[in-house]
Amino acid sequence: MNDATPARGMLRLLRAILGRSYPRIIGANRDKSWLFYDTVLPLLGTIAFVYVYKALGAPERFVGYVIMGGATVAFWMNVMWSMAAQFYWDKQGGNLELYMVVPCGIPAILLGMSFGGFVGTVIRAIAIVAIGSLLFDVHYTVSQWPVFLLVFGVAIVGLYGLGVTFASLFLLWGREAWHMANLFMEPVFFLSGFYFPVRALGFWAGMGASLIPLTLALDAMRQLLFPGTHPPFLPLGTELGILGALAISFIVLARFLLRKMEYLARREGRLSLRF
Amino acid sequence: MTVPAIETKELVREYRMKRSPQNPSGAPVVALDGVTLDVPQGEMFGLLGPNGAGKTTLIKVLVTLLLPTAGAARVLGLDVVGQVQQIRERISMVSGGEHSGYGILTVREQLWMFSQFYGLPSKPALARIDELLKVVGLYEERNRRTSALSTGMRQKMNLVRGLLSDPEVLFLDEPTVGLDVTAARDIRAYIKEWIRMKPGRTILLTTHYMHEAEELCDRVAIIHKGRIIAGDAPAALKLRATGGTYFLLTTETLDGISLAGLPGVQRADTRALDGRMELRLHLAEDGAIAGVVKVLADSNRRIFSLQKIEPTLEEVFVQLVGQRLEEADERKAGP
Ligand SMILES: Nc1ncnc2c1ncn2[C@@H]1O[C@H](COP(=O)(O)OP(=O)(O)OP(=O)(O)O)[C@@H](O)[C@H]1O
Ligand SMILES: [Mg+2]
Repeated sequence: MNDATPARGMLRLLRAILGRSYPRIIGANRDKSWLFYDTVLPLLGTIAFVYVYKALGAPERFVGYVIMGGATVAFWMNVMWSMAAQFYWDKQGGNLELYMVVPCGIPAILLGMSFGGFVGTVIRAIAIVAIGSLLFDVHYTVSQWPVFLLVFGVAIVGLYGLGVTFASLFLLWGREAWHMANLFMEPVFFLSGFYFPVRALGFWAGMGASLIPLTLALDAMRQLLFPGTHPPFLPLGTELGILGALAISFIVLARFLLRKMEYLARREGRLSLRF
Repeated sequence: MTVPAIETKELVREYRMKRSPQNPSGAPVVALDGVTLDVPQGEMFGLLGPNGAGKTTLIKVLVTLLLPTAGAARVLGLDVVGQVQQIRERISMVSGGEHSGYGILTVREQLWMFSQFYGLPSKPALARIDELLKVVGLYEERNRRTSALSTGMRQKMNLVRGLLSDPEVLFLDEPTVGLDVTAARDIRAYIKEWIRMKPGRTILLTTHYMHEAEELCDRVAIIHKGRIIAGDAPAALKLRATGGTYFLLTTETLDGISLAGLPGVQRADTRALDGRMELRLHLAEDGAIAGVVKVLADSNRRIFSLQKIEPTLEEVFVQLVGQRLEEADERKAGP
């Protein structure tokens, strides 16, 4: 044990992130049943929409829409169920206290949690798109890959920032925040335009829905996937700009809430989390 | 002169309370009420006290999980309020009955995950994990999921977690609580083994088992209602219980026979034991035992055994607090 010197700074941060993402990437995929539960079941939900659109005689691209929406729902579910609720579980088991006293600090743990959740969900989203596209014979041609990936990346950063924000809020406010979030789930499904172009909502409802990074991300990605045929909500550049601003705001907010949570925990001796 | 591992001065910690029927004024709970402690490096220090005495609170203040309400606390010379990060680099904490980690991971994976939070390189970390797992006898279980571990195994794994980062000060909060006799003995043996392997390392251990404190600790502080009421080496503490002599007597059930009023009997504690009654007697002098035996014989109670005993920490506690430790356990509020 000669070279067992612990790292500090960036290297420790990286190690901590990988360490915390491990249970999410490896642990959660060990049991192969996810292939069914996390892909086929969400697809069943989207298939209903496919048939509705077909029955209405909607253009072919709507099938692609719906499948993409299904894949995006996977990210939303991951953030809401696994990220936001995670602190609650971690508190129950005593992990939260340990996370607060390990030298890498809570932000590293959260980054790891997000990274793990993201990787796990990407695998699921790819599976959903692949299976869905095979079933319904949909073809996509991405017009500008770099922009597409940029939109996706920025949206994901914002989305997981939102997840961390929620995680802290749940701890600070407890059960009420939890119920609020549950209340929000359904409208979010509707408003974010998982299954239709968000422009259909009208401008103000669309702007409201855009607080959730997925809304604009979906719209922007659809502009790139179905150029010319997708009715854009806002110009692509504007959407990307707003997404970037959202990502930064959520990260700043999450950091602030985390600090506050840690301080309150040390001062009060408990978090108001009472389920 | 090296700095002390742990140093507190008039440490106070209160918990704010909401108004409730039990607490109409909303008065805060004073969990630590002016604790002054000094633990040099290299010591195994025990904090002994009943439920609600403030043991966990003291540990939480020292590991930077709680802010002091008043007073000061230092770990390795570092202030628990202002030098939080430096402290976190050099300590670790294990609590009895904790369910840390994730059930989907194996023992080895889980320990590796925690090692990453300390920034350890994977290869030596895994080597250290295997080595420690062998020490605690959990090596065979290394590839089992943690959700499948028994309470004793889990606690051994938690202990390994605490040792992984090779901490300079290790905080153990009731490491054997809820374990069966064998598992508890194993845990105590590993703790002793670790401190033997790593001279200079400090352990602060809380317990409400007298014998555990006596067996493990170089020095013991008795804590009651947030105050340290005595602190010394176990042997020195026991000398304080010298007023009078102590006897242990087993007999049949007493059913109303009172011994406390007999001449020379300062205290008689009873404990039911397999249908028999165990009496711990604190007498003013040896001769007073004759009166006790006579009363029992007159009431046709058989005496199964009688022996004179050396005072233990149990007797010290009784003398200081006026109650046995189990009696002093704070009654848990409940319906
Ligand atoms: N988070 C909290 N909020 C309010 N009161 C608390 C809190 N934690 C502990 N207390 C109170 O502070 C006192 C000391 O508690 P503490 O947990 O430190 O005792 P302890 O010696 O560790 O007891 P045990 O042996 O039961 O673990 C008790 O009266 C307890 O009810
Ligand atoms: Mg305790």
